[in-house]
Amino acid sequence: MKITEAEVRYVADLANLKLTDTEVARFQADLDGILEHVASLNEVDTEGVQPMAQVLYAAGETDTLRADVPVPPLGNAAALANAPQSGAGYFKVPKIIER
Amino acid sequence: MEIPSLTIDSVREGLLSKRFSATELATEALRFAESENPKTGAYLHFSPERALATAGRVDRQIAQGEDPGALAGVPVAVKDVIVTEGVRTTCGSKLLANYIPPYDATAVIRIERAGGIIVGKTNCDEFAMGSSTENSAFGPVRNPLALDRVPGGSSGGSAAAVAQGTAVVALGSDTGGSIRQPASFCGVVGVTPTYGRVSRYGLTAFASSLDHIGPFARSVKDAATLLRVMAGHDPADSTSADAPVPDYPALLGGSVKGLKLGLPREYLKGLKSETGDLIHRGVEAFRSLGCEIREIGMPATEHAIACYYIIATAEASSNLARYDGVRYTVRSEHTDTLSDMYRNTRGEGFGAECKRRIMLGTYVLSAGYYDAYYLKAQKVRALVARDFSNAFQEVDAVVAPVSPFPAFRLGEKVDDPLAMYLSDIYTITGSLAGIPCMSVPCGKTAGGLPVGMQLLTRHFDETTMFRLANALETAGGVN
Repeated sequence: MKITEAEVRYVADLANLKLTDTEVARFQADLDGILEHVASLNEVDTEGVQPMAQVLYAAGETDTLRADVPVPPLGNAAALANAPQSGAGYFKVPKIIER
Repeated sequence: MEIPSLTIDSVREGLLSKRFSATELATEALRFAESENPKTGAYLHFSPERALATAGRVDRQIAQGEDPGALAGVPVAVKDVIVTEGVRTTCGSKLLANYIPPYDATAVIRIERAGGIIVGKTNCDEFAMGSSTENSAFGPVRNPLALDRVPGGSSGGSAAAVAQGTAVVALGSDTGGSIRQPASFCGVVGVTPTYGRVSRYGLTAFASSLDHIGPFARSVKDAATLLRVMAGHDPADSTSADAPVPDYPALLGGSVKGLKLGLPREYLKGLKSETGDLIHRGVEAFRSLGCEIREIGMPATEHAIACYYIIATAEASSNLARYDGVRYTVRSEHTDTLSDMYRNTRGEGFGAECKRRIMLGTYVLSAGYYDAYYLKAQKVRALVARDFSNAFQEVDAVVAPVSPFPAFRLGEKVDDPLAMYLSDIYTITGSLAGIPCMSVPCGKTAGGLPVGMQLLTRHFDETTMFRLANALETAGGVN
């Protein structure tokens, strides 16, 4: 077995994802199958191969950086317009620090 | 005007000869799209105000003798993962059911500037994760050519809209095949341009090192025209390439004689099927057009799926972290603590496929696994890219299937996520390499289901790809 139910719960916690017990069981089975498949990567000889983090093409390193010129920002009202809860120009969330 | 058979050229001709105005066309196109939509569910919502505002501007430009632009009056559908200012953009997710973006994607701005009329937003797999459009929180899309079958995914709504004739062209997004596979299933042209060719500013991020925006159309020429309008450097996307954009539609039509095409033997091993037969006949069609066919080797292919599903899910788990109940409209009612708010909002909001991918991505990035999975996958990705750069030393294009099978029935594959992932094998390699690739209609099965052929070329060489696709199209495919 590649992944246990306890590990599934641990990963869900890292991802801030509340899962039901049914989902935990289902994802344990699904992820186990998928991880079994991806384990085949270990057979590939990648000695001396540079990891490819991004598609690279012939261009100077700073070619695609824009000029450092200020542009008008989105603005407070527009940024908050989709917030589930806002007030006084801020996003509001439940209390973070418990006394 | 016969809406389903319009082309970019015929719309232009109709406008300039005053047979109809852009406003009349937009009104009729919207009416037609809304009346046809219940058959397939291709659209999630329409944008009549925006459509009529652009149409009015096009009419004024024509009246004043100005050039109304390359897409003047053309009805365009936009996948609902691409943001439109003031027009709801849901990404097929409950989490964004009421999200009204405060800005436009660069691709959308460029389309409207060229006179294109955005008629509505199309359904898709939630956050573009899926191969059938069955993962949308708002219900599946039906394939207009066979209503009991899927249109493919994740850009299933855009492919269906173009096939159904409710839009002349459409925008999709492609991370591992989400434009090409639905194009193949719906019998239309679908293009994934070179990574960086089209700005992703305003495309909701799924896997940033793999995400593309690209066109759907009923002809290669219309797809080429739409790509030309959208392509080019954008200061708002630092990954967009500052490379010259050729006049793709003007470069179509020449002979393809003498072009060398590579046929990867690894791709055809498992294709003893009707789809495989059609692809072989497509290859023969190219041979009779004067192309030279060479068998080539792409040894990293067998590891491409594993490589892709590690990289894409890792990036997705990071990109989807932003949907936490703070900024984007939906928050759980169970918010005793901040942590509860995050966990419950995400647990209640994401559908099963998104959760599965967030879980896989979080796992492969978690402490102790990063080197074994993510770093290893990035190295294998380099090998997949190397297969292509080696191939392009000796051939001008690679020809391949798009999908191992034509459109399948709704519900047929939903219970086996790994089987669904494995069906992405032919589209994923080009995505990993970041090269231009497209699906062009090749032929139909005995049951009448369309099968697309995939063409892949060197970075920034969309021109050769379009010329080949146009030649196959002009030859009438293989049927």
